[in-house]
Amino acid sequence: GPLSERPLMEVRLGELHTWISTCDFSLQGLLGAAQKAWNSYYAKYINVRRGGPPGISMLLAGYCLLSYSWNYQHFKRHRWRKYH
Amino acid sequence: MNLSFFDQFMSPSLLGIPLILISLLFPALLFPSPSNRWITNRLLTLQLWFMNLITKQLMTPLNKNGHKWALILSSLMILLLTINLLGLLPYTFTPTTQLSMNLALAFPLWLATLLTGLRNQPSVSLGHLLPEGTPTLLIPALILIETTSLLIRPLALGVRLTANLTAGHLLIQLISTATTILLPIMPAVSLLTLIILLLLTILEVAVAMIQAYVFVLLLSLYLQENI
Repeated sequence: GPLSERPLMEVRLGELHTWISTCDFSLQGLLGAAQKAWNSYYAKYINVRRGGPPGISMLLAGYCLLSYSWNYQHFKRHRWRKYH
Repeated sequence: MNLSFFDQFMSPSLLGIPLILISLLFPALLFPSPSNRWITNRLLTLQLWFMNLITKQLMTPLNKNGHKWALILSSLMILLLTINLLGLLPYTFTPTTQLSMNLALAFPLWLATLLTGLRNQPSVSLGHLLPEGTPTLLIPALILIETTSLLIRPLALGVRLTANLTAGHLLIQLISTATTILLPIMPAVSLLTLIILLLLTILEVAVAMIQAYVFVLLLSLYLQENI
């Protein structure tokens, strides 16, 4: 279909910058994109017939990574960082 | 080695956005809204079972008026449980280690129970200030004592939660620092400290759940007296 309506995974690398220019960067647009992203993650990994720990564990691991990156400025000053 | 052992409790922020905001909103992501299907996915089934369990547990001793508090008490329980347990993951931030947050939760809810009691049944609520069967001479002293204990409830609720979680996190950090430092020097002692660390982590998981439960239970008890 037309470039602006294709989801991100179906956009070729060369067309990436044109695809980004067609994106809606208003607050509503960003929230809508976040909602869609969450819904697709939920539908693919959690809302399945025989789900289990992996769906939620990926979420928690992502949360740990996010917290690490949020605190990085603080961690890099730990004196024994080389040995942690 | 950290600059100071209390650094882990500083409210971290990146580019002006505080992490506490994300830590408070993340539990909402872990509890997807129930769909209107009869059989949902396993996560939702487990969560709904758990919600039913705690709601029944909290609402059984309350009368019909108290059931209006079902939503706020059970959602508070779920929030505190999730926040406390998420804080045990590496590098995460626990909002309930901040006294400001716990007092902000405890004070309005306690005040709501107190004002409900004073508005709907003032003499019964004030009557709680004097236990039955006290000797006549002790009445003035006991009223003062009971008033103090009443007024200190929100402080106790907030500080209890803060102190328990802060102490646990601090202990984990101290013992893990000891384990890391002892590893090249005395591996046997380091192994011992590692076993202590494992036991402590199990304790912390239990404390996280118990403290959330105690907070909400005490609030429901204060509600029972006043509703």
